Formats: sequence, C-alpha cells, structure tokens
Amino acid sequence: ARFRSVDEDFFDDLEELMIESDVGYEMAVRLSDELREEVKLQNAKSTQEVSNVIIEKMVELYEEAGANEDDSIHLAEQGPTVIMFVGVNGAGKTTTIGKLAARYKQAGQKVLLAAADTFRAGATEQLEVWAQRDGVDIVTGPENSDPAAVVFDAVKKAKDDHYDILFVDTAGRLQNKVNLMNELAKMKRILTREIPSAPHEVLLVLDSTTGQNALNQAKLFKESTDVTGIVLTKLDGTARGGIVLAIRNELHLPVKFVGLGEKVTDLEKFDASDFVYGLFKGLVNVQ
Amino acid sequence: MAFEGLTERLQKTMEKLRRKPKVTDADLRETMREIRLALLEADVNFTVVKNFVKTVQEQAVGAEVLKGLNPAQQIVKIVNEELTKMMGETAVPLNKSDHIPTVIMMVGLQGAGKTTTAGKLALRLKNEEKARPMFIAADIYRPAAITQLKQVADSIDVPVFDLGTDVDPVEIVRQGMEVAKEHHNDYVIIDTAGRLQIDEALMDELANIKELAHPDEILLVVDAMTGQNAVNTAEGFDEKLDITGVVLTKLDGDTRGGAAMSIRAVTGKPIKFVGEGEKMENLDVFYPDRMSSRILGMGDMLTLIEKA
Ligand SMILES: Nc1nc2c(ncn2[C@@H]2O[C@H](COP(=O)(O)OP(=O)(O)OP(=O)(O)O)[C@@H](O)[C@H]2O)c(=O)[nH]1
Ligand SMILES: Nc1nc2c(ncn2[C@@H]2O[C@H](COP(=O)(O)OP(=O)(O)OP(=O)(O)O)[C@@H](O)[C@H]2O)c(=O)[nH]1
Ligand SMILES: [Mg+2]
Ligand SMILES: [Mg+2]
Repeated sequence: ARFRSVDEDFFDDLEELMIESDVGYEMAVRLSDELREEVKLQNAKSTQEVSNVIIEKMVELYEEAGANEDDSIHLAEQGPTVIMFVGVNGAGKTTTIGKLAARYKQAGQKVLLAAADTFRAGATEQLEVWAQRDGVDIVTGPENSDPAAVVFDAVKKAKDDHYDILFVDTAGRLQNKVNLMNELAKMKRILTREIPSAPHEVLLVLDSTTGQNALNQAKLFKESTDVTGIVLTKLDGTARGGIVLAIRNELHLPVKFVGLGEKVTDLEKFDASDFVYGLFKGLVNVQ
Repeated sequence: MAFEGLTERLQKTMEKLRRKPKVTDADLRETMREIRLALLEADVNFTVVKNFVKTVQEQAVGAEVLKGLNPAQQIVKIVNEELTKMMGETAVPLNKSDHIPTVIMMVGLQGAGKTTTAGKLALRLKNEEKARPMFIAADIYRPAAITQLKQVADSIDVPVFDLGTDVDPVEIVRQGMEVAKEHHNDYVIIDTAGRLQIDEALMDELANIKELAHPDEILLVVDAMTGQNAVNTAEGFDEKLDITGVVLTKLDGDTRGGAAMSIRAVTGKPIKFVGEGEKMENLDVFYPDRMSSRILGMGDMLTLIEKA
C-alpha cells in the first residue's frame, strides 16, 4: 500500500528520466504507460519488485520489436566477409573499425581494411595507425580520389589474396546530403558487383549523445545503404543513447555493438538488459 | 520529420484561439503544451523546457492584448521573443587581447569538430584581419590527430607547432607559446584532444593548459545534433574551465539544434559561431534570432502568426 501512494510520482520520474535519456517524448510516454500497466498486472509493490518488472518488460519490449532478427554478425558462407561502416561525421566509424579489426585478427582471421574516406583531413592516416596497431593490412587511395576506387581495389584484393574479412571505412556524411548519400550507395553497389552476397553487414555508427536526429539518420542511411545494424558509441560518457529504442521500434534495426571508450578493447556486444539498466540508472535498483 | 505533425497540431490549437477576444488559462495551457512538445522534439533539455514554458506562461498571462494581434498571435510572439532573448539577442564577437598573441583554446567532447573549427577560425581571421595565426597541436591521443591538423593547416597556409605524441600536452603548449611570441603571431589556436567532461585526469590537463596559456577565448565545440546530454557536457566544461564561448557544429544537417538553447541556459555563455559544413569556409557567426526560429521552425512561426 505504501508504494501505491507514490507510484504516480514514480512513473512521472520514470517518464522524465526516459526523456532525459533521449528516448523521445512520445516514446517515453508510451513506454511509461505500458510499464505502469505491467506493474499493475504483476501486482508488484515493493520498489525492488517494481524495478524487476520494469527491467524485464523493457527488455521484452526491445526484443519484441526485433523478433526474427538476430544481432550477430553475418559472415560470408565462403570467401571474404565484407562489413561496411556508415554514419554522420565524427560518430566513431574509424575507431570502431580499429577495435573490431583487432578482435577478428585475434581470433585468427586474415583482416583487410579499406580506407575509403579519401576526403577528411588525416582520415587515411588515422586508419593506417589502427591497421598498424592491430597488425592488419590496409588498402588506401590518394587524397581526394574517388572513394569508390579504393573500395574496388580493396574488395578485389580481399578476393584475390583470400582475406577472411574486409572492413570498409567511409567518410562521415550528414544524411540530408543527397550527393554524398548517393556516393555511399555507389560504393555499396561496387561491393555487391564484386561479391554478390556483399556487403554482409552495413553498420550504422551512432553517437550515443545524439538526440532525436538519430532517427532521421537511421531512416536515411537505411534507405540508401540497407543498414543491417547499429554500433552505439561513446556510451562511456553521460549520455544514455535512448533514441535507439525508437529506432528499434520504427525501423527494426538492432544494436550490435557498443563503444565504451577510445582504446582498442573498449567495444562490447550489445546487451539489452545492460542497456536498460543504464537507461534507468538511479531510479530502479539493479538486482 | 515528426515536427510536421506538431506544426499541424499547433495550428489547430491556434485556429481555436482565433476568434476569442482574450487568452484564457485553458487556451494558454493547451498552446504551451504544444510549444513544450516542439522544444522537446527539438532536443531542448527537459528542465530547460520546463523553465522556459513557465516564463512564457507568466509573460502571456500578464501581457496586454496588443492592438491588431489576436490572443494566438500574441502567444506565438511572446514565445519567439523570449526564445530569441534567451539565445543572446545579438552576435557576440571573438574576444581579443590588447597585446599579441590572442590565445584561443578549442575544447569539447570527442568528434565534436574542434580541429575542423580551429581551421575555419584561422581562415576567417586571415581573411578578415590579415591575421597571422599559428596552431598548437596539443592532441597527442587520437590516432593521426596531428596529421589531420597539419593537413587542415596546409590547406589554409597556417603554421603548426607540434612535438609529436610523446610530450605532455601542457609542455607542448608551453613551448608553442614561446615560438608564437618569437614569430610575432597575432593569434594562437590550441587544438586539444576530445574528452568526456567526467574524465578527471583529462579535464585537469585542460585546466593546466589554461593556467599556462591564459587563453582569451575558450571555445566549447558542440555537435548541433546533441540531445538532452548537452547540459551535462556544457556544465562540466564550464565548471572546470569557465568557458568564454560556444561553437555549434554540423548545423548543415537537418537537426533542429535544441542543444543551443540548453547550453545557453545552463552556462549563460554566448554561442559565437556555427559550423555549416566540412569545408574551411563553412563557418558563420551565430545569429540568435535565426537559431530560435530554427528550433521552433520560423517558417512555421511566421505562418502561424499570419494565419492565427
Ligand atoms: N569516449 C569515446 N570516444 C570515442 C568512442 N568511439 C570513438 N571515439 C572518439 O570519437 C572521435 C571520433 O571518432 P572517429 O572514429 O574518428 O569517428 P568517425 O565516425 O570515423 O569520424 P569521421 O570519419 O570524421 O566522420 C575520436 O576522438 C575517437 O577517439 C567511444 O566509444 N567512446
Ligand atoms: N557536416 C559538417 N561536418 C563537420 C562540421 N564540423 C566538423 N565536421 C566533421 O566532423 C568530424 C569531426 O571533426 P573533427 O574536427 O575531427 O572533430 P574533433 O572535435 O577535432 O574530434 P576529436 O579530436 O577526435 O575529438 C569530421 O568529419 C569533420 O569533417 C560541420 O560544421 N558540418
Ligand atoms: Mg572516420
Ligand atoms: Mg581533433
């Protein structure tokens, strides 16, 4: 009975917390309504019971939106697996490739990187530093050259020299720039032309500090390059990345990895319950 | 965008208000609800929105009905005015030292646009004042950060002072300042590594650089797509460094840029420039009225006032 008297405040706080985590207003209202119902349904009373119900329900809602999807990385049945990285400027594409390449290399795979950001100052050199750190090979092109040519050279090399996996780094671009989005689609077509099943993954790299604009990013990148999953970066900061709930719900894109820092080891597979705990940190108890 | 539905909703609320002689409490509440939603969808921080709505409501209740404006128009007018006032009203120029060099320090989260903006600022100073700026490369952490700065600098013909990545950034800045004095550079722009405001060690590093270089301008560079978290970032950097201004980058995208309002509200520091592209020319001074229009949708605001 004690809880009953505080529950409206509690759900107001919950809603506020979700808005402040960038879940978005409508989504936050909808979710807190569903959670309120669920708490009633389960007759949860103590704060701990309520916390448990909320976390379970949120994870269930997240997973429901993506039923029949899987969050693993799709590998080629034979020949090189190709993973292309796309996203807006500064989101963390190049760094994520550096981290992921190290993992595959350590797992004994033969890894190749394609430096298809020929535009931004120092972009090729940045990926080269990662290639060196990771001890993997890299294909580069001259500054300001056609990135599609780098993609072509890299995919050809991956085939000819029997690489297991090719990571394609692309220049950051804002989703409303039509020409740049077309350029991305062109790079993807080249990959498919050379290896019909490629790219096996197109990962959209999303900065977790991003607000509601992330939904537009996901929509437009999905339209131009058939994004297959999301990498949510910079979760080591104070942002909680709540917008991925709306993205999951509207576009059914799963988060595959999270970035938790700038070091090579700061990458983890996405875990829905960890994410939900992070979202409600401070309000619900972790058990 | 989600905003279109919102504009329609706001318009409907306005329609209803149109024929009334004065604004009732209920009218006001309904309109303010829509405004609140518009601001939240533009990523303005929750608490900032709450306070803003309160202020506007107080203004609207006390406001005399102006001749020629109906109640609906009046509310929109007040919202627009308050928002513009809050954004700082007029463009604020760069601080300048009375003896050379003027020192500008770029700070912010990872990937916000510090290095790019450093280049844009230098080009602007060259073009406007025939200035002879020099960069100090104080980012020893991000892979190829120095190469990036050097390429940017080459493209606009500005010298870079660097000591590679094995020397402490504070020491790099110390030596760089000496070189700038020897060479009589009139501006020094310090490019620092991106960092989280909760990273104590790296925030201390910035404080030490500040103490040594006495910057006239500490510019917090913020990505315009930032959501609710903009207040944490701005507060964190401002508390530690007492920033002197803000640059809002990536405004060439389709974000509404509510972060601008959040930052302004929590720090009170002026937004001095906006980045509107990746090229060195893509830097503009900040116009508060344009920004408030963008956050609420000025096209929409004007039509609303006309139609209401
Ligand atoms: N704290 C933190 N920083 C990160 C993370 N991932 C990337 N960064 C940093 O964010 C900045 C931008 O990362 P990049 O990998 O260059 O981003 P990008 O998307 O390749 O950028 P562009 O190619 O310029 O569009 C760098 O300073 C990275 O070190 C993360 O998970 N946490
Ligand atoms: N579209 C657009 N891109 C921008 C703008 N400003 C910077 N960028 C891009 O954003 C990305 C990150 O910019 P940087 O200048 O490397 O950012 P930074 O803050 O120095 O990054 P770190 O040093 O890693 O913390 C790059 O791809 C830039 O080209 C802008 O106003 N518009
Ligand atoms: Mg990159
Ligand atoms: Mg930089």
